Amino acid sequence: MIELKKLSKVFDTGKGSLTAVDHVDLSIGAGEIFGIIGYSGAGKSTLIRLLNGLEKPSDGSVVINGQNITAIKGNDLRKARQKVSMIFQHFNLLWSRTVKENIEFPLEIAGVPKSKRDARVLELVELVGLKGRENAYPSQLSGGQKQRVGIARALANEPEVLLCDEATSALDPQTTDSILELLVDINKRLGLTIVLITHEMHVIRKICHRVAVMEGGRVVELGDVLNVFQSPKEEITKRFVAQVTDTEDSQETIKNLRKLYPTGELVKLVFVGDQTEQPILTQLIRKYPVDVNIVQGNIAHTQRGAYGTLILQMKGSAQEISEALTYLNAESVQTEVMSND
Amino acid sequence: MIESLFPNVDWENMWEATLETLYMTAMSTFFTFVIGLVLGIVLFLTAPKQLWANSIVNWLTGAFVNIFRSIPFIILIILLIPFTKFLIGTIRGPNAALPALIIGAAPFYARMVLIALKEIDKGVIEAARSMGATTWTIIRKVLLPESKPALLSGITVTAIALVGYTAMAGIIGAGGLGTLAFLDGFQRSREDVTLMATILILVIVFAIQFIGDWMTTRSDKR
Repeated sequence: MIELKKLSKVFDTGKGSLTAVDHVDLSIGAGEIFGIIGYSGAGKSTLIRLLNGLEKPSDGSVVINGQNITAIKGNDLRKARQKVSMIFQHFNLLWSRTVKENIEFPLEIAGVPKSKRDARVLELVELVGLKGRENAYPSQLSGGQKQRVGIARALANEPEVLLCDEATSALDPQTTDSILELLVDINKRLGLTIVLITHEMHVIRKICHRVAVMEGGRVVELGDVLNVFQSPKEEITKRFVAQVTDTEDSQETIKNLRKLYPTGELVKLVFVGDQTEQPILTQLIRKYPVDVNIVQGNIAHTQRGAYGTLILQMKGSAQEISEALTYLNAESVQTEVMSND
Repeated sequence: MIESLFPNVDWENMWEATLETLYMTAMSTFFTFVIGLVLGIVLFLTAPKQLWANSIVNWLTGAFVNIFRSIPFIILIILLIPFTKFLIGTIRGPNAALPALIIGAAPFYARMVLIALKEIDKGVIEAARSMGATTWTIIRKVLLPESKPALLSGITVTAIALVGYTAMAGIIGAGGLGTLAFLDGFQRSREDVTLMATILILVIVFAIQFIGDWMTTRSDKR
């Protein structure tokens, strides 16, 4: 659906050049919700603008649905943009237009006749849950409602791809969740491919199927959301994962836990997918003569299944604990004894 | 009562002069609005990183605006005498005042248009581009509506300045309340005529301000 090949963007700043995007190769499938995460300055904002030609690449190509976005311009590019629409962090609605007129705007651009526009706007207003607010001005809406207008506007010309530029970063957590749910809903209902950039792992966890981690203009890690959560490889990815799982295994934390639970062994378990629904602990306790005390636990649900971590205090002989761990590993639960040093 | 306060005022002349002032103000405001808008949009769009980024056009337009904005109006009228004669055929009367009024005020308004356009959120323009809008559509459906309150308050200020300019033009025979106040009032020492002309000019200014404020407030949905 979307193919990025050796995509680079170098900006000419007065004092030399700045490489914002550095040889990025990505392939995004149709109907996928693909997340790109990175801190500010990682180049994700430039990358997403290369996808609809708002920025011209210095090198490489972007092919969407067989069309090379980087090679076309003028009318062809404008036509292509109607099929690759975008929503923004600050919504970017026209304050001079009502909700209805804002949603109508892309239809006017596409040259849809007035009679058809009205019907389409009505449909969209309903789709994003803004019925009854059609004639309000953006200044009369809350942040979440504004983003709903943004989404309706982006969907007006029935795009194939929706680009989300930090679409929830200006919203409070509750509103963020409701907007994310709306995005998942339209992804399922309309089969729309969604590419989003964010600095919040929460957003990736909640709705993405796959994730790319960007640092210094390059994609440093790429994979299924669940896999990345389960075994993040890069340091930066680990930090992002820690944003959501809350189980930082820094030396500091381990030391503190050891102080609280001085006896036995502290063991960290990582469950993925189906295992989160199995009574593995019950089995463990029934089969092995170890005492188990739950220290800390956490489950995060992603689009591709759940991911959980659990820290246990296990008491028993070294032999018993080792056998218990072998059992857990056999059930494909990752275990890690949190050592003291 | 009024007759005794203003013994020398010829009301018919006064009314005619008022109409001439209104005519000059209305015509020059209209053309200033159109020309200033075009100049302002060109200045905005040809600036670096904008849709029509073009340093030569930007520099030329900027130079034109800055030069004509800087020449004192009374000198501009004199400088433009040959041009006016060529264009209108005479240098007397309300129509003869129009070229100088417009050339003096349009650059001033162009600057205000530029400021108004710069105030527009860049994100909104980017959003329109992302929807596949042409530059012409962006001008018509984004730039103008989104800057409407500032454009209206700017033209209000400009129209009021133009009322003042028409009075100045009156000194060299453009007609209107300026001519009346100068020839009938000042040169013949009839203070009541000058006073009445002043009152009428104030009424015109206040009316423009009132209408301008009303339109500005009404157009602002922020």
